Amino acid sequence: MRHTPLYDAHIAAGARMVDFGGWEMPINYGSQLDEHHQVRQHAGMFDVSHMTVVDINGNRTREFLSTLLANDVARLKVPGKALYSCMLNRRGGVIDDLITYFMDEQWFRLVVNAATRDKDLAWLERQAERYDVTITEHPELAMIAVQGPEARARVLALLPENDAAVAGALTPFSAAVLGELFIARTGYTGEDGFEITLPAEEAEPFWNRLLQAGVAPCGLGARDTLRLEAGMNLYGQDMDEEQSPLESGLAWTVAMKDERPFIGRAALEDQMSDGLKHKLVGLVLEGRGVLRSHQQVFTAQGEGETTSGGFSPSLQKAIAFARIPVEAEGSCEVEIRGKRIAARIVRPPFVRNGKACEGIL
Amino acid sequence: MSDIPSELLYRESHEWVRDEGDGTVVVGISDHAQDALGDMVFVELPEPGMSYEQGDACAVVESVKAASDIYAPLDGEVVESNAALEDSPELVNSDPYGDGWLFRYIPSNPSQLEGLLSPEAYAELQDD
Repeated sequence: MRHTPLYDAHIAAGARMVDFGGWEMPINYGSQLDEHHQVRQHAGMFDVSHMTVVDINGNRTREFLSTLLANDVARLKVPGKALYSCMLNRRGGVIDDLITYFMDEQWFRLVVNAATRDKDLAWLERQAERYDVTITEHPELAMIAVQGPEARARVLALLPENDAAVAGALTPFSAAVLGELFIARTGYTGEDGFEITLPAEEAEPFWNRLLQAGVAPCGLGARDTLRLEAGMNLYGQDMDEEQSPLESGLAWTVAMKDERPFIGRAALEDQMSDGLKHKLVGLVLEGRGVLRSHQQVFTAQGEGETTSGGFSPSLQKAIAFARIPVEAEGSCEVEIRGKRIAARIVRPPFVRNGKACEGIL
Repeated sequence: MSDIPSELLYRESHEWVRDEGDGTVVVGISDHAQDALGDMVFVELPEPGMSYEQGDACAVVESVKAASDIYAPLDGEVVESNAALEDSPELVNSDPYGDGWLFRYIPSNPSQLEGLLSPEAYAELQDD
């Protein structure tokens, strides 16, 4: 199995390690619930070095990304600005979801999922042929996500004064290069914070300084409940190559207003003219039990299935995402170990900035 | 190394059994089991009056990770389940042999106690 540059730090911190797409990663360092609450209430950090950083360089980079991505890179006007998007196949299925950072017209940075690395790179190479751009993966970089209401302050306190001023001035969903650090005000938890990309050899010292500053190490377990509460999809679970972003709660990331051609657009237009059959919604369990992925959902308009589920530590209730018939709303039932338990259909997110969202409780 | 109290008997599926000496036994899950499962978030217990045969699935503990069946260590009838777990499933983690007990029942075939694992045998099982 592959190890990130922080592997030794995880072992030293008593992490329980699991196989995550071929990477040996921490699932927790003791209590997943405590780690979840640390991020919602204070500050926690995650090793996300397994994620793949890919730089696209060349004069036609923007033009290339404009056809590659379902969201429109024309929205990226200010250097440093980030955009969340799906990369679709020609059938309108999701090859991966990713973040694009616009640094300058010659340099855009993509961060893609670890589990989809190989197919993503192959797809990028193939689509880039006509554009004379270079595609460079950066396996020598590590990435640490520091998240929570106190996260930014803890990170800024560790930076030299000038760098702290720049990083402190970053608006949400933007990034800056500070010497060897690439620092972005982004995350996957629904809390404020930074995602910091840095050379592999700098990762452990930086991690240890964060540790000394009181930032709690958090594993993939807490990362999953945090992103679920925050209403953020997980690739491979909530959407994949067989699912359209329009039926995965990701219509807001698909820019179709103008005529811009992009891969998968024709298929999405066909789906829209045929009428969408399903939608991805949030569920809150009313009865007792825990929602998990792949449970059957019964609505008055037909059946569906949960795609992600779990116990929400912030809400103290079971929550899930489910793909259900597009007309269904109000209440439904979920089959849990042979019994049908009542649930409420809601619109994610469930939790933002430490608080339950409107209409969730 | 997990805690394995010497006064209890165990099952391979990680339940413990305490003979109360009044014709009832109390059942819970071992320290090793709670540690492997992770933070508990939901426990479903049998109602008093329910009867089970040894090996029947009779309760469910759900951690952040997964749901796990609890198997009846003996034939018998449930007389009480631990109501505190409804609101505080984390007691199974914090005190698996005390406040985190699951249910109490009357064994209908007490000789089955002899077939359970001794603390030493259960410890050996974990070493494998």
